[in-house]
Amino acid sequence: MDDEIRVPIHSDQDIVVARQKGRSLAAEIGFSSGDGTLIATAISELARNIVTYARAGEIRLQRIQDSARRGIQVIAHDSGPGIVDTQQALRDGFSTSGSLGLGLPGVMRLMDEFQIESEQHRGTTVTARKWKSYNHS
Amino acid sequence: MEVPILKQGDVLIATVQEALTDADLLHLRTALVKQVVRCRSRGVIVDVTSLDVMDSFASRTLRDIAYMIRLRGAEMVIVGIQPEVAFAMVQLGLKLEDVATALDLEEGLAHLKHKIESAV
Amino acid sequence: MARIDNSVEDKQVKAKYAGDTQPVEPTSVLLRELVAHLRQSRTQLREEWASRITEAQLLTAMTKDEIFAEATSVYDNYVEALETGTFEALQAYARNLSERIIPRGVETHEVVGIVLLLRDVLARSLFAKYQADFTKLNRILDAYEPAANRIANTVAVGFVQERERIIREQQEAIRELSTPVLQVRERLLILPIIGVIDPQRARQLTEQLLRGIRTNRAKVVVIDITGVAAMDATVANHLVQTVEASRLLGATVIVTGLSPEIAQTIVNIGVDLGKMNTVGDLQGGIEQAERLLGYKVVPLTATS
Repeated sequence: MDDEIRVPIHSDQDIVVARQKGRSLAAEIGFSSGDGTLIATAISELARNIVTYARAGEIRLQRIQDSARRGIQVIAHDSGPGIVDTQQALRDGFSTSGSLGLGLPGVMRLMDEFQIESEQHRGTTVTARKWKSYNHS
Repeated sequence: MEVPILKQGDVLIATVQEALTDADLLHLRTALVKQVVRCRSRGVIVDVTSLDVMDSFASRTLRDIAYMIRLRGAEMVIVGIQPEVAFAMVQLGLKLEDVATALDLEEGLAHLKHKIESAV
Repeated sequence: MARIDNSVEDKQVKAKYAGDTQPVEPTSVLLRELVAHLRQSRTQLREEWASRITEAQLLTAMTKDEIFAEATSVYDNYVEALETGTFEALQAYARNLSERIIPRGVETHEVVGIVLLLRDVLARSLFAKYQADFTKLNRILDAYEPAANRIANTVAVGFVQERERIIREQQEAIRELSTPVLQVRERLLILPIIGVIDPQRARQLTEQLLRGIRTNRAKVVVIDITGVAAMDATVANHLVQTVEASRLLGATVIVTGLSPEIAQTIVNIGVDLGKMNTVGDLQGGIEQAERLLGYKVVPLTATS
């Protein structure tokens, strides 16, 4: 697949690399600076979850397109312990101070589309997409 | 990358760079607390003007720093949060509760001055 | 023996087999022939087309000179697309052309109309040229038609897309104008919100306000929602986020004009209204803002 950027995530430094690459790709696709920040923040959180809970994984960044618009797809994948209750994970936010939640509701707000697949002991894959409003070069 | 910390009277000013890793943040936490004790500072400004993304770790660590500094008798202000970053933070649900924020260095210093004087 | 001229032999072979199964020329050869013909007859066909445009009363927003200039470009691009079989250049040209003529008031049916007229003018010239050889004419048309249709489609779609883009930009601009952030005093901004807010407008509002806080170095913002009839949970959330984000920029937010209904919506989404700085009306909000900023509020004395 052309234009896929893969960032291996092992350490906190990789989190910075992933979000910087995300921001660059977003700019290339034509997202505004503000949207670039939203995307970079989402990538940061997803990469952070990999480091914290799975210790290793990867972030994949892709250009996406449908008939009317362009966008970016972020896939965060790890083979870590997996999430037992994904429904609950999608409800936990950072609202309570010091919460160790995954911040998934926050990532959902930052992006337009969000999917999560997780199996205990098998790993987790989060797919998030953001679309640029209209398609003009 | 080490965050530079300047001393201006009894205020310390730490200026954060763009690519801030978790390790950098933790170093900053240690360094600031040490400096506050050493210099007996009354105030700390953390300038995040160049910070392009504020995520949950950065937010938590900054709050930790504020708390630890308050334990040493000093006040902390975060200045220079960019409009886009502020917007992303509230979307993510990061509120930086209990930490004072100001627009820029000038406002931050004014805030600290006011706080320090009224704490006498 | 004298060398045989291949082309002559070809023609003789074709003549011999005329009416029987003919050797089929590939489409590319036919198109090349077609393009050569269109280039040769360029001046004449262009004029014919331009006069048919005027006859059909199209492009009335443009002068004759302008029509002729554009007609030349369209014709050349058309022929080039036929020749190369690629449509990117044509697409780019169509967008460029649309960008220029849309502000002049040219409409979709006119653009579609002139492209179809050109297609007809060129087709007729093919009829005229190949009328003696019906089979050949058919083959030439077989080569011509798909390409011509694709060209018409490309130009029309390019025009429509450009039009839609311009409309969206205008809507954005209108939205921006209708959510003005006003600097009333030094360090004090007022954001009066009127009418219906959808999530997109709410987001734009927040971005404008935050930028305004930074540019004007505002310390207090008064958001007046007296003019907002109703607010759903999503938009109420946006309002709360705006307040929180403003605080991160060091500004205090006062919300005025909160109706009981909207207050209820906000409470329902789990926000503690006690933590939000609210005042009944805009005037009261401004006064409180001035107090926060350290201004003394002095009543005006009337002069008689």
